[in-house]
Amino acid sequence: MKVLRRLLKFAAPYWNRYLLAIALVFAISGLNLLEPMVIKWVIDEILESKNYTLLLYGALAILGVAILKGILQCFQRFSMSWAGQKVVFDIRNTLYRHLQQLSFSFYDKAQTGQIMSRVTSDVETTQRFLSNGLVNIVSIVVTFTWTLVIMLSHHAKLTLMAMIPVPFLAWRVQVYSTQIRPMFWNIQQQLAVLTARLQENITGQRVVKAFARKDHEMEIFERDNMALLERNVRAERLSGVNWALMRLLTEISLGIILWYGGWQVISGNISYGTLVAFNMWLGQLLGPIRRLGFWVSMVQRTVASGERIFEILDTKAEVDDKPGAKPMPPIEGRVVFEDVSFSYDGDHMVIDGINLDVKPGQTIAILGGTGSGKSTLINLVPRFYDVTKGRILINGIDIRDVTLESLRRQIGIVTQETFLFSASLRDNIAYGKPEATDQEVIEAAKAAHIHDFIAGLPQGYDSIIGERGVGLSGGQKQRVAIARALLMDARILLLDESTSSVDVETEMRIQEAFSRLLEDRTAFVIAQRLSTVRNADWIIVLDKGRIAEQGTHEELLKKGGIYTSIYNLQFRPQEVEFGDSERARFEEAASQGGGD
Amino acid sequence: MGRSNRGLDAGNIELKGVNFSHLPKLKRFISPFKWYLLLALALAVAMSLLSTAGPLLVRRAIDVDIPSGDFSGLSKTALTYLGIMVFIEVLSVSQRYVMSWTGQHMLYSMRRALFSHLQDLGLDFYDKLQAGRIMSRVTGDIESLNQLISSGVLGLLTDLVTLFAIITVMVQMNLKLALATLTVVPLLFLVVWTLRTRMTRAYHRVRRRIADIAANLQESISGMKIVQAFSREELNAEKFSDTNYESFQAQLEAAWLHALFHPMVDIISALGSALIVYYGGLRMSWNDPTVTVGTIVAFLNYMTRFFWPIRNLTEVYNLILQAGVSSERVFEILETEPNVKDKEDAIELGEIRGHVRFNNVVFGYEPGLPVLHGVSIEAKPNETIALVGPTGAGKSSIINLLCRFYDVDEGEILVDGVDIRDVTLDSLRRNLGIVLQDTFIFSGTVRDNIRYGRLDATDEEIEEAARIVGAHEFISRLPDGYDTEVRERGSRLSVGQRQLLSFARALLADPRILILDEATSSVDAYTEYLIQKALEKLFRGRTSIVIAHRLSTIRNADRIYVIEDGRVAEVGNHDELIDKGGLYKALYEKQFAGAPLVGPEHEPEADVLGSDTGRGVTGTLRLRPEQAD
Repeated sequence: MKVLRRLLKFAAPYWNRYLLAIALVFAISGLNLLEPMVIKWVIDEILESKNYTLLLYGALAILGVAILKGILQCFQRFSMSWAGQKVVFDIRNTLYRHLQQLSFSFYDKAQTGQIMSRVTSDVETTQRFLSNGLVNIVSIVVTFTWTLVIMLSHHAKLTLMAMIPVPFLAWRVQVYSTQIRPMFWNIQQQLAVLTARLQENITGQRVVKAFARKDHEMEIFERDNMALLERNVRAERLSGVNWALMRLLTEISLGIILWYGGWQVISGNISYGTLVAFNMWLGQLLGPIRRLGFWVSMVQRTVASGERIFEILDTKAEVDDKPGAKPMPPIEGRVVFEDVSFSYDGDHMVIDGINLDVKPGQTIAILGGTGSGKSTLINLVPRFYDVTKGRILINGIDIRDVTLESLRRQIGIVTQETFLFSASLRDNIAYGKPEATDQEVIEAAKAAHIHDFIAGLPQGYDSIIGERGVGLSGGQKQRVAIARALLMDARILLLDESTSSVDVETEMRIQEAFSRLLEDRTAFVIAQRLSTVRNADWIIVLDKGRIAEQGTHEELLKKGGIYTSIYNLQFRPQEVEFGDSERARFEEAASQGGGD
Repeated sequence: MGRSNRGLDAGNIELKGVNFSHLPKLKRFISPFKWYLLLALALAVAMSLLSTAGPLLVRRAIDVDIPSGDFSGLSKTALTYLGIMVFIEVLSVSQRYVMSWTGQHMLYSMRRALFSHLQDLGLDFYDKLQAGRIMSRVTGDIESLNQLISSGVLGLLTDLVTLFAIITVMVQMNLKLALATLTVVPLLFLVVWTLRTRMTRAYHRVRRRIADIAANLQESISGMKIVQAFSREELNAEKFSDTNYESFQAQLEAAWLHALFHPMVDIISALGSALIVYYGGLRMSWNDPTVTVGTIVAFLNYMTRFFWPIRNLTEVYNLILQAGVSSERVFEILETEPNVKDKEDAIELGEIRGHVRFNNVVFGYEPGLPVLHGVSIEAKPNETIALVGPTGAGKSSIINLLCRFYDVDEGEILVDGVDIRDVTLDSLRRNLGIVLQDTFIFSGTVRDNIRYGRLDATDEEIEEAARIVGAHEFISRLPDGYDTEVRERGSRLSVGQRQLLSFARALLADPRILILDEATSSVDAYTEYLIQKALEKLFRGRTSIVIAHRLSTIRNADRIYVIEDGRVAEVGNHDELIDKGGLYKALYEKQFAGAPLVGPEHEPEADVLGSDTGRGVTGTLRLRPEQAD
């Protein structure tokens, strides 16, 4: 029940609403008890004693109690729903905030659909508990206790007889809740699997269609769908049996009252009215207890969903602000790598003992084969991952000692893959600086050579682009991404193969824009372009996470190492067949650089 | 595009109130289970009939057994009561099981139908509706139907039958008293009727706000790296909070109506009880022999029982309305017609030679705005055709049409002389191998991802394909080789590696016609070299149509079509087109002019090649990339 306690912690700020609702519950169950007493009075004092002048008052009393109760109920329910929905609102916000803080390493592994299923479906489940469920359970308990007290005070023996099935009932509830919980957990789990499957299918729809793989996709989906079906049916079966048992036990109580109570009436120990009132009180126990099975299963569902929610909330952001982290002062641009190593799995070093001292305004070109650690190296600077060993200093400050936000705000990034959001082009460009003026946005767009295209659109900068940026070509997306980074006006720039998919003319202009931009900024560029390499102040060639070679273009060419072979490779026309010996040299050289 | 990309969700649902017109459509999901439902109904009727016996027995005890002091009679009555209850519960278990079994199977087939339909829907649908919104329907809306089923609402079916049984017994016991009591029923209907419209509308809003949340979430999760790179956490959280708050507001409105509803039903029930006591007492005072204390007690009992189902109904009424709204949203998808589908008499496209012909094809994504104006293209079997041209010229559209992601507006596309609209989509696409710019990696192993090209391929064939395209080397260096798990975002595979994987996938499929949208993103030199080698192998022995960016591809093509403004501007091979001195030459020379950086010591091949390769490590001729639509 630790999960429930934690969920209730979210409800704590709204304790006054809950308190109000619970106070109202007490009043309402009081009125509930009053009802049979009114009926008892009507039967004994009016009908049995043929005192018909009071009849109208009797009827009005019944109605009056009900109206009062109705009004209280209305307020009680609304204040409960309000609280429940507000808690859900808070949980969603908390989850969302937390998700945004989780590090890249989390997103490397997590499936979008799985996360979504938790923030939507699981949170909704807890809402049902936190609004209706909680108050219903309180009301059941309160009604049960009060009814019991009243019944005991009227006729203890009859009450005790009627309560014979209760221990058995309690035992059933206990058994049921232990059995059903794993079932609900399984259901939510399978639902998330299905959601993830669906999410992938939808985002990969082009590929699915391209390979005419509908049947295959259906087959996999069917399998997961069937598993969900089976789990649901199993839980339903258990619930059904439980529900019937609960009802039966309450009916047994009624039978006992009829039999034993009737005997007491015959013996003259109690009145007709008391028997009828007992019958009704029992009916009031019956209703909630009948639904108890439903609420118990809801609690179990909530616990299952709560566990899944807390699984996310308990995931620690691997990269996080240190306690007492200070904001990064304005960056001048000196970046120092001191013996930096990094590993994703704690085992295999992807970056291995890198030392670098980059002066403000320098451009560092990073070269190396696929998997040599180029992207990883760049990812360490804005702390997408934290170094495993060594440290990175900016302005002489270890970047782990400053707040993430202040660090990242001063770094402009163009990633390898362009992700744009379904929002207007303006919002996409101003993504890193939402307060930017229209003028600034337009200037950035002009610098990235996307302004003319945008201005030509019917809605200009207000054009909304699709979720996956479907409305734009790869080159256009890239230029928007460049404009986005330009607008940040950061002291440190990280470019990852960024300007590669734009057309020739644009690329030239972007080159110009970049060289202007790079002038007084520190830049790390994963270079695929000779111009970048030649203009760079320093070139490092990575191999298996180590710096294999470094120097300026000329120095490295003279050296005749990996850089030279990469350089040669790029100059080799693709359509010319390589001589065997040359090819062998290449493959050797390149595979050295192409390690993973 | 404006707001229209909110698609279905921005529709006119807002204006609709109660709408159960879609209920008959549920028939297709219900009819396979009609016998089970009938069985459940029969069980329910039996239960209800038996359960009306309860108050009758209580009346017997009060009016007959107790006044006559007949203890053994009382015991018999009490035992009968218990016996009937046991029997009822046995029926109840069976009934509930049948119902939930059926319900779950119906949900299963709905999910299946939705998923299957989603596979048929055209790309235009996916372009418009965000993934999060689609998902919210397939999971969220179906889940709210599930909530309804598992809430025991199906027990309500029993209760409904009970209602009728109770009315019958009451009428039988005392017609006048029954009529007096039942005067509350019209009142009940009035309340339900007035609130229902408003509640349905409120639940519509709730579902839509939930879809907003899902869409927001889906996007921010997919783009999380950008979010963090640009320190947008705070602002995004605020935006999400706004969306979330709108949902909160919508929920509150629904909650308020719900809170109002339940107590009103209770008050009406109490009104019924008051009527019984008052009118029953009145009749007793008039010495009506048909009304006894036992009768009044029985009536009060029946009144409670009468309102149980109604009260239960109000408990789950929101679920019922939500389910109504949800099923409407589900049917909205199911009723969206795919933009491209098989003709009724579509034939299977068998083994083909690979002859492709576009005849005067006119096409536009929006009516009246053609992007292709009469394009004619031909690829003979085993030829390689390169499409080049500036951004937005219509190259991707040509490819989209050949894959029949969209249908032509005018003209025709023939494969081996057969109009592609006359063959089944499946058989057409099975003959096509399509490699797209964005390589999509499914979560699963590397092996699974390659196998996607041909599902019955053996492990050897998969490795062979990987070897041919040069992917084997890096795959075998992955921690678990071919069994390494990769994820949807393809984490830790570089762009180049993902491209190689998609080549292996296409090669394994061994299509007669290969359609390739060359990725423009550059890769490191060695990978580029691998890719070019792979492409040579891919093109060999099949018809290939390529949106080309690599000089090597373009020069090796049998024919180059230069596309400009939706028309074929020039046709010919590289040398012919250069001689012609037209658009191609201009494009080519821009490339040439943009390459001032060739090192002097590497001049020898600079006539054509230096120009190309001088620009970038990849040696990619970057003609303008394509605009998607």
